[in-house]
Amino acid sequence: MTPSQKRERLAMSRPLEGATGKTGTWRVFRPVVDKETCNACGLCATYCPDGVISDDLEIDLTYCKGCGICANECPKKAIAMVREEK
Amino acid sequence: MDTIAEIPKEEYVLKCSSACAGCSDSLALRYVLKAAGPDTVLVIPACCTSVIQGIYPNTAFNVPVYNIAFGAAAACASGMSNAFRAAGKKTNVIVYAGDGGTLDIGIQAMSGAFERGTDFLYICYDNEAYGNTGMQRSGATPLGAKTTTTPTGKTDFKKDIDGIIAAHNPPYMATAAAAYPQDLFKKVQKALSFRGPSFIHVLAPCPPGWRYSTEKTVEMGKLAVKSGIWVLYEREYGKLTMGAQSKVAMKKPIPLEDYLSPQGRFKGIDPKNVEILKQRIQKNFAKLSAEEAAS
Repeated sequence: MTPSQKRERLAMSRPLEGATGKTGTWRVFRPVVDKETCNACGLCATYCPDGVISDDLEIDLTYCKGCGICANECPKKAIAMVREEK
Repeated sequence: MDTIAEIPKEEYVLKCSSACAGCSDSLALRYVLKAAGPDTVLVIPACCTSVIQGIYPNTAFNVPVYNIAFGAAAACASGMSNAFRAAGKKTNVIVYAGDGGTLDIGIQAMSGAFERGTDFLYICYDNEAYGNTGMQRSGATPLGAKTTTTPTGKTDFKKDIDGIIAAHNPPYMATAAAAYPQDLFKKVQKALSFRGPSFIHVLAPCPPGWRYSTEKTVEMGKLAVKSGIWVLYEREYGKLTMGAQSKVAMKKPIPLEDYLSPQGRFKGIDPKNVEILKQRIQKNFAKLSAEEAAS
């Protein structure tokens, strides 16, 4: 048995996007960005605990948990939290 | 304000960990790993971070992680660091432990590793209770805070872990807050540039544990610093420098009630305890500013 085959038998997790499922389903309130008011300061992306806001400030709703930190910290108040429709 | 541009864009916490919405543990860890880079091993004792990684055989963390028993993190990191150095590798060994794994259960192994001068970084993210198991009181729980094991409010003070670490004379130690990610990023980078043990104590507000709504995580961290209950400073070879935010808080603190009242865990706190907390804030500032002036 080669060392790499031996290693395969270890209980070892490997990195994967979505390792804990699509966490967007947890959301109760969805962030909606008003692009007119947004001045692209990027503070929302800085403070996002899960890093789901990209460089061009698009929010990945597949994974966004809807905590609302982005809306609370936005200096321009450009993000509104809207209740998810079921 | 610090520039955001200097912080690397790479994410080492993939979308998404199973942390609660508004978790400051994952917020802090994002910046710790951005500062440390890919050549890093995380050693994680039992804490929220050992739970939020994901479900076997997948993980959300894109760096090697070694999960270890509650009291053994620093001992494990000590051996790991020595093995890396013996092999001529500069790999960063970072222990990322909660306040239970640092102040209570892990303190013996941690003290040993600091005494041996292990080349590693110990980060304690402090949500002031055992959050992972449902908010039981820990040594880090402040006076008057309600937890499931102190339903009428804790009657003892928070343990001064920074004082204990300072007594070990590490080359570098600092306090930080998840609410100031740029500051945390810089401190982690600085800590890793020192040879020998370094320590960073990060305040990590916890929405379900502290009983406030999820969007207030960053706000709560900032209120803690502005009210002076959490002081940002760093100690480099014994020389103390207080952070700019805390210098402002020392001169003109916001009322402590602004920090306490949004949190459900301080609901109905005895006004006498609020007075005691305020006095301790003043004493702590006096002590730290005297040390800064003397060093």
